[in-house]
Amino acid sequence: MTTEPEDSQPSRLHTVISTAERLAGSIFILPTVLALLLLSIFPLLASLYVSLARFKIARGGFTLNFVGLDNYQKLFLGSERTHFLGSFAPSTPVSWIVFGVVAVALAIFLARYLLKARVSIGGLIGRLFLILGLGGLTWMLVHTLWSGGRLGTVSTTLVYVFVGIFFQYILGLSLAMLTVQNLPGRRFFRVVFLLPMMITPVGVAYMFRMLTDTSKGPFTPIWQALGLVDFSWVNNAWGARTAILIADIWQWTPFMFIVLVAALESQPVEPLEAATVDGANHWQIFQHITWPAILPVSMTLILIRLIEAFKIVDLPNVMTNGGPGTATQSLTYHAFINWRALDLGASAAVAYMLLFLVTFFGMIFVNLIRQRTVETL
Amino acid sequence: MNSKSTLVKLLSILIIFGVLTTACGAPAATEAPPPTEAPPVATEAPATEAPAATEAPATEAGLMFEGVTVNLLTFVGPQVAEPLQRRGPDFTALTGATINVITVPNSELYQKALTDMATGTNAYDAFLFAPSWIVDFAPAGYIEDLTPRIEADAALEWDDVAPFFRDFNSYDGKVYSIPLDGDMHMVYYRIDSLEEAGLEPPKTWDDYLNVAKTLHGTDLNGDGEADYGSCISKAPAQQSYWWIWSIAAPYIQSQGNTQGTFFNTEDMTPLVNNAAFKRALEVYKETGPYGPPDESNQGVGDTRGLFISGRCALTMDWGDIGPLAIDPANSKVIDKVGAIVTPGSTEVLDRETGELVPCDATTCPYAVDGVNHAPYASFGGWAGAINAAADEKAKDAAYAFLSYMAQPEQSNADVVVGATGYNPFRISQFEDQQAWLDAGFSQAAADSYLSGIKDSLNSPNMVADLRIPSNQKYIQVELDRILAEYVAGDLTTDEAAQQLYDAWEAITEEVGRDAQLESYKATIGAK
Repeated sequence: MTTEPEDSQPSRLHTVISTAERLAGSIFILPTVLALLLLSIFPLLASLYVSLARFKIARGGFTLNFVGLDNYQKLFLGSERTHFLGSFAPSTPVSWIVFGVVAVALAIFLARYLLKARVSIGGLIGRLFLILGLGGLTWMLVHTLWSGGRLGTVSTTLVYVFVGIFFQYILGLSLAMLTVQNLPGRRFFRVVFLLPMMITPVGVAYMFRMLTDTSKGPFTPIWQALGLVDFSWVNNAWGARTAILIADIWQWTPFMFIVLVAALESQPVEPLEAATVDGANHWQIFQHITWPAILPVSMTLILIRLIEAFKIVDLPNVMTNGGPGTATQSLTYHAFINWRALDLGASAAVAYMLLFLVTFFGMIFVNLIRQRTVETL
Repeated sequence: MNSKSTLVKLLSILIIFGVLTTACGAPAATEAPPPTEAPPVATEAPATEAPAATEAPATEAGLMFEGVTVNLLTFVGPQVAEPLQRRGPDFTALTGATINVITVPNSELYQKALTDMATGTNAYDAFLFAPSWIVDFAPAGYIEDLTPRIEADAALEWDDVAPFFRDFNSYDGKVYSIPLDGDMHMVYYRIDSLEEAGLEPPKTWDDYLNVAKTLHGTDLNGDGEADYGSCISKAPAQQSYWWIWSIAAPYIQSQGNTQGTFFNTEDMTPLVNNAAFKRALEVYKETGPYGPPDESNQGVGDTRGLFISGRCALTMDWGDIGPLAIDPANSKVIDKVGAIVTPGSTEVLDRETGELVPCDATTCPYAVDGVNHAPYASFGGWAGAINAAADEKAKDAAYAFLSYMAQPEQSNADVVVGATGYNPFRISQFEDQQAWLDAGFSQAAADSYLSGIKDSLNSPNMVADLRIPSNQKYIQVELDRILAEYVAGDLTTDEAAQQLYDAWEAITEEVGRDAQLESYKATIGAK
C-alpha cells in the first residue's frame, strides 16, 4: 500500500504537464488574439453599431439610439444622396453606349466562368457580386461624369485613386528606369526623388495651396505672363481636382519609385546580358524580361497604394476645404464632416461604405494577382 | 519529455496569467467616469472663493492656486488664443495657476469640446468657444453655472458688459460663459476710394453691389495693379455661413428682434425657401465677380489681409478690421477706413406669401430712410466656459483666469489690438474713446468704428445668432455645404433654398420640433 502515493504523485504531475502541454499553444497565442480583438474586431463591430445608431447629447453624457438602416438610407436615398453618390444627369446615347459596353464585358466574363468545367457556388456568388458592384459603379460614373451630372464623394474618391495611381506608377517606373542606368548623379537624384514622400501630407497640401495660388503664390509672375492672373484652380471643379491630383502624384510617386528601383536592381543580370548579346533592343528587353520580372512587385505595390489612396483627406481638406462646393471631397472627408458635426452614425455609415469599396477593389486586385501568378507558373 | 522546457512553459503560463490578472483586476484609478456618472452641475456658490485676480491673492502658504494647472481648449491662433497665451504667465505670477492653452482648428472645436465632456474624458477644464453652443452643453450638465461666481466677482464689472452679450452668454436665466470678445458684423469701406468715385457708403445691398462693381478693377492702393470691389470670405468649412446671414437678415426680419430670421415662430419651418432668402443668395453670389479670383477658397484671414493691404474697396467682417486697419506695421489703409451697419433692404419678406414687399411704416417699422436694417451679431464673440466635471481647484482657477481676461484692465487693452481677435463688448469700451485714441485710432476712425458697432448693438431689429440645440449642424454643416455648392454653381438659387429647407427640416424632425420651437422662441424672446 505504501507504493500508492508514489504511483499517484508522478501520475498527477504527468496530468498537469500534459494539460499544460495541450494548453500551451492556445495560451501563448491568447495575448495576440486578445490584442487583435481589442484593437481591430471590437472597434469594427462597435462602429458597425454606431452606423446603425444616432448620437444624442443627454444629461451627463450621451445616448446612442438604434435607428436601423436610417443612416444608410440617408446616404443612398435621403438628404445625403447627392453628396454621397452625386447628381445624376439624364441618360444620353453616349452614357447608354458606355454602360452597354461594360455590361456586355461583364456578361461575357460571367458566361466564360459558367462555361468552365468547375463552377462553385462561392465562385458564382463572388462573380455576381463583382458584376453588380462594377455595373452599379459604372452606371453612377457615366451619369455623374457627363455634362449635367455632378460627382459625389464616391466618384471623386475613385477618380483620386485610379487616376492618381496610374500616374504615380508610370512616373515612378520611368524615374526608376532612369536612375538604374549608369548616369552621373544617379545616387543624388535617388535621394532627391524620395523627398516628397518624407514630407507630412499637410505640409504638402499647404505647399501646393501656395503654389496654385495665382494671385499671391510664387508662380504669380508666370500666371501674369500667361494672362491667368484672374484664373483660379479652385473656381472650377476639375481644376481643383487636378490640383489635388498633382499634389497627390507628387507626394506618392517616390513610393512607387523606390520599390521599383529595388525590383529593377534585383533582376538577374544574365538574361539581360543574353538578350543584349542576341541583339534585342531596349523595348524588347523591357517587354520580355524586365516587365515580367517586376510584375509581381508592381502588383503588390499597386495594391498597397490602392488601399492607402482611398483614405485621401489631408490634401482636399487643406488645399480646397473640399470645394468648390463639394467637388473635391473624398469619402474620408465626407465622413470627417459628419464626425465633426457629431453625426457619428452617418460618419460611421460613410466609413463602412469606404471599407466596402476598399475591400471590393482590393479583392478584385488580389484575384488578379493570383490569376497572374498561376498563369506565370 | 524535456523537463526543462516543460518548466519554462509552466513558468511562462504563470507569468502570462499573472500579467492578465493584474491588468484586468487592477483598480481603474485613472479610468474616466462613465458618462452617466458625470458630476452634476455645481449649484453651490463657491463665489466667495473666486479670487480678485487683479490683486495678488497670496496667502501665508503661498499663491492661491499654486500647483494648479488649467487646461483650456480654444481654436488655433494666432488671434483669440494669443491673448490667453500672452497673459497666462502674468496670471501664473499672480495666482500660481498654470494656464495650458490647447488649440484645435475652428471647425473641430465643437466636437472636441463635446466629445471630451460627453465621454467623461474631461481632459479640458475650460473652453473658449462660441457662446451659442451653451444651449447644447448647459442642459446636459457639461458646463458650470457661473452665476454665483459672477455675482460675487466685483472685479469683473459684469454690469459693464453690454446687455446683449450678457444675455447671449446665458441660458435659462443662468450665466454659463464669460465674454472676452463681442462680435457684430459690419461693412467696412475705403473712404478715399468712394469719395474719389463720388459714391456714398452703401445703405442697401443693391448699393453695395453698385459700389463694388464701380470700383472693381481700379487701382486702390497705388501699386499699378487692378484691385477688387468687394472681398467676402466664401471658403467652405470656414465662416461663409455667417456672411450669407448678414445679407439675408434685412430681407427676412423687419418687425424687431423677436420676430426671428431663421425659423417661423409658429411652426418652426425654416425661413429659407422664400423670395427673401433667395434674393440674399443672389446678392451673395453677385459679389463674387467683384472679388479676388479665388474668393470661393478664401477664409476671413485672407480677405482681411487683402483689405488692410488696400486691395479691396468693401468688405464685411467683425470688429477686427478697425484695429487692424490702424496697425502701422501691416496696414496700408490707415485713416482710410469707414465702418457702417451692414446694409439693409427696401423690400422685406411677407411671411404669408413668401414674397418680397416694399418697405412702409407697417412692413418696416424700424426702417431708417426707408431702408430696413437687421445687423447680425454673428457668432456672438468668443466666450469662456468651465467644465462642470473639472476638479474644484481647477474650476476656481479657470474662473479666476477667465474673469481676469475679461476684467476691464486686461480687456480694454486687448480689444484695441487687431491681432488679438477680441472686439469690444463692454459699455465703457464704446463710451470711453481714450483707449482707442491711445492705440493709434484717429478721432474720426474711432468715431466711425465705435458708432458702427454701437448702432448695430442698439438696433431694435438686431439679429442674434442661432442658439438652439444642434445649431452647429443647422449652420456650420448644412448651410455651409449648400452655400458652397451654390457658390460653385452646382445648385441653382431655387435648388439651394429648397435643399436648405429640407436639410433644416430633417434636423428639426430628428431633434424634435416642439422642443426646438420652444427653444428658439425662448432665445429670441418671442411669445
